[in-house]
Amino acid sequence: MNLYQRRIWSNRIGIGLSMLAMTFGLLALLWILWTLFSKGFSALSWEFFTQDTPAPGSEGGGLRNAIVGSGLILLFTTLVSTPVGILAGIYLAEFGRVSRFAATTRFVTDIMLSAPSIVIGLFVYALVVETLGGFSGWAGSLALALIAIPVVVRTTENMLRLVPTSLREAAFAVGAPHWQVSLKVTLRAVKAGVVTGVLLAIARVTGETAPLLFTALNNQFFSTDMSQPMGNLPVVIFQFAMSPYDNWINLAWGGALLIALLVLGINIGTRILFRTKGQR
Amino acid sequence: MPEQLTESGANAALKIRNLNFFYGDFQGLSDVNLDVEQHKVTAFIGPSGCGKSTLLRTFNRMYDLYPGQRAEGEILFHGKNLLDKKQDVNLVRAKIGMVFQKPTPFPMTIYENIAFGVRLYEKMSSSEMDDRVEWALRKAALWDEVKDKLQQNGLSLSGGQQQRLCIARAVAVKPEVVLLDEPTSALDPISTAKIEELVNELKYEYTIAIVTHNMQQAARISDFTAFMYLGELVEFGKTDELFVKPRKTQTEDYITGRFG
Repeated sequence: MNLYQRRIWSNRIGIGLSMLAMTFGLLALLWILWTLFSKGFSALSWEFFTQDTPAPGSEGGGLRNAIVGSGLILLFTTLVSTPVGILAGIYLAEFGRVSRFAATTRFVTDIMLSAPSIVIGLFVYALVVETLGGFSGWAGSLALALIAIPVVVRTTENMLRLVPTSLREAAFAVGAPHWQVSLKVTLRAVKAGVVTGVLLAIARVTGETAPLLFTALNNQFFSTDMSQPMGNLPVVIFQFAMSPYDNWINLAWGGALLIALLVLGINIGTRILFRTKGQR
Repeated sequence: MPEQLTESGANAALKIRNLNFFYGDFQGLSDVNLDVEQHKVTAFIGPSGCGKSTLLRTFNRMYDLYPGQRAEGEILFHGKNLLDKKQDVNLVRAKIGMVFQKPTPFPMTIYENIAFGVRLYEKMSSSEMDDRVEWALRKAALWDEVKDKLQQNGLSLSGGQQQRLCIARAVAVKPEVVLLDEPTSALDPISTAKIEELVNELKYEYTIAIVTHNMQQAARISDFTAFMYLGELVEFGKTDELFVKPRKTQTEDYITGRFG
């Protein structure tokens, strides 16, 4: 009985500790969200979305140029990293399972996954910004794509590896060539997972600041010209939050809330996507 | 008389000659010689690991997908050696279809499951394709159950229906030989009975080779039976004869349940 009692108690202590840890983690998240909402919500007005970033000392203003800039940079990031990442993932999982080249690619991808984003920013700065002679939205997209691609490659490969061999063999058994088996059967079988990977990669780069500081820089004015410096949310938040102007600080909080909501939305969206697929 | 035919191989769809198979260093099949008779059902039986599935998977070169696996010898199909390096494997697989142990519908609609394979080798109008899909589903005795839900996902069907969908998919490409690798081992008795019935009908148009761990099934549906043990073909002959008076003691021990 004594032993039994002890087991009950060690169980309770174990559960208690893990609950405590969970509460701690959750509390941090709620705290962040609460702070963002309380400080940023008041900034979310009509002007916030329709006016551009204000000059130093002037009143009011919004983040239209930064929102549109971020949107454009992210759009091109997605357009580049989705096909490149998915195709590379297919190569690793379907074609190069045992080749040395694939093993090397896999290794490099893993390094890229954990590479500090500031290094990537610096790399694109040296490679693109310096040689082309200026900051630009393109450079920003490229830097973010370099961060997003490894994420997409990895999730795509992992998802494809979950496809049972029997399905792959069945597709080969009707006489389908390898590329059709990969694109039309196995990739399709894990569509939801791959889309999730892409969305999570976008969520990951949405808040990246360091690579954009070196590449897209910032632009006080509204611009859709990707070959010019371009306003974007993370860099504006960075600059405005540390400024002495009240309206700037206020806008920074609003921008931070917007990014947080966006990332949260993407994450919840992928959850829903996966759930409906799983229930079928 | 039919006994003679099998030995001379005049009506053989597949002639297997001196076939050896290797998984890396391990020899999975040793010197297999046998004819798979045209428009007949040939069953392969034997205990787990005896090489019956391995043998079946050489017929459509499924082993090609895995580096380290190789076959030596000859499998003659229309006089040509399927194991020849120059042989186009995709064409082989279109002519020699396969159905697997577990139902493996593709992640697409029932209609597309059938059309996928057909489209690879034939160009046809959408109405011709409709006809082909219906024809194949009728062949697999599935049409009446799915005709109103062709646009549903193939995965929404029951296990037995999925397996018949896989048979329809294999038949739709109009192969000459259909390989069945334990097609009923994952199914309930009713679905199994349906598949067995189907095999009996399909043999008039296709040559069928079936691997089964179920001896009763082999006895029920096959015309010829091959008993394999430890990678060797122990005995091969007409099913009635092999089950009633086996020539080898090993065969007798296995079919009477003394081992395996």
